[in-house]
Amino acid sequence: MTKEYKRADGRKNNEIRKVKAEVGVIPNADGSAMFQTGDTIAIAAVYGPKKMHPQHSQDPEKGTLRCTYNMNSFSVSDRIKPGPSRRSTEISKIMEWALEPVLMLEGFPNNVVDVYVNIIQADAGTRCAGINAAAMALAHAGIPMRDIVSSISIGKLDKTIVVDLNKEEEDFEEGEGSTDIPISMTGSGKITHLQLDGKINVQELKQAVDAARKACKEIYEVQKKALKDFVEEK
Amino acid sequence: MDEIKTTPRPTMKRIKEYLEQGKRFDGRKLDEYRNLVIEKDVSKKAEGSVRVKLGKTEVIVGVKAGVGEPYPDSPDKGNMMVTAELLPLSSPRFELGPPKFPSIELARVVDRGIRESKVIDFEKLVIEKGEKVWTIFIDIYSINDDGNLLDAAGIGALAALRIAKLPKYDKKEEKILYGEFDKDISLAKTNPIAITIHKIGDSLIVDPSREEEDTSEARLTIGISDGIISSMQKGDSTPLEEEDIFEAIKIADNVWKGLFKKLDSFVKK
Repeated sequence: MTKEYKRADGRKNNEIRKVKAEVGVIPNADGSAMFQTGDTIAIAAVYGPKKMHPQHSQDPEKGTLRCTYNMNSFSVSDRIKPGPSRRSTEISKIMEWALEPVLMLEGFPNNVVDVYVNIIQADAGTRCAGINAAAMALAHAGIPMRDIVSSISIGKLDKTIVVDLNKEEEDFEEGEGSTDIPISMTGSGKITHLQLDGKINVQELKQAVDAARKACKEIYEVQKKALKDFVEEK
Repeated sequence: MDEIKTTPRPTMKRIKEYLEQGKRFDGRKLDEYRNLVIEKDVSKKAEGSVRVKLGKTEVIVGVKAGVGEPYPDSPDKGNMMVTAELLPLSSPRFELGPPKFPSIELARVVDRGIRESKVIDFEKLVIEKGEKVWTIFIDIYSINDDGNLLDAAGIGALAALRIAKLPKYDKKEEKILYGEFDKDISLAKTNPIAITIHKIGDSLIVDPSREEEDTSEARLTIGISDGIISSMQKGDSTPLEEEDIFEAIKIADNVWKGLFKKLDSFVKK
């Protein structure tokens, strides 16, 4: 029998970090939001819908969602070179796939909705925080949406399933090590994004998806509240 | 919802007419800065970081320390590098892609403002002469552009440097121990702030809004500290009279006093 992993920050295994959400943080943008979980902070800005350039990228059937994920050079301990990387290019695409299913872009042929996500401080789970911020920013911009997307990273540390990994947990190396599973879901529970790095069996994965479902619900409520608060403040 | 890339001509005309009567759209005096707010510790992972707000303009600036080889022509000196990203997140005017002229110029003007004032003691950044020195990276990100990113970035760079701490360095393991701080970055008492004066018609103004910046015919950025000028750059192609330049320096010197007070109380907080 392996011993249960004990979290260094005292959280229960199914407990997300302290979250904070705010809408309307970038005045120039058509929609914007900040999402913070623990020490991970993401901001998102939406510009559009606007005419897609270059013209050959236009889709006459529906609008296009274009996401750009960017990390501040000083958001991590070892400075990263500013500008796009292979990693940021992949995450940008993942974000498009995660968010597009809830958007109703049929009404915006030949147009593009630009979503820019910037990571200010990183302590693991930046793509999830980015997706959470982006979903709020899209709603704030008034883009017609069927639902909201909420995202969480589930981890398996040795044999224990834990929710919302921080960097220290992500780097865990004992036993079977750390398996990182970022998952995004719509409010109604459809999975729009799933990645996995590590080692896991089917039963454990089922457990992880269940944990994600519960955590995403909590995040969904936080996103909804931030949007509501913004409308009421106005 | 296609965005407007530049201020419409009638608005620019109106700005000029207002300035002829000594007035600005937002009611400020010609030499009046917008409210300056500086917040610290935007990122715990940086050696020093700040958020600077000038009205609706916002930038974040972070200082990181890295270890590398010195340049062959200065084996007894550390290095500094300033970069700026004008994020498309911060304005519909900024596009993705390799750095274009505005972000390159911004970084270079901020770089010279800091470097030429000798505020950083580069000799104190040596770990092993000729072998290992600290490089101080100052990285600037625009969050919302409502004019005068240049000055906001310069203020942010100096503020972040002032509060930054050098991490410990393990010489044996050749590893930087991030999060374990050793000492401040050795800085001189000078407080160089780059202040940009814009000329519109016959008027000289400071801290332009986005619309005023679009209307500007010429600009002069003056890196100044307590009356001592250490860097200057004239921008845009309208020529300036000699009197304009000395008048601009006088304005910059005055503005510096107010900004320095705010910066100093921020650092001491």
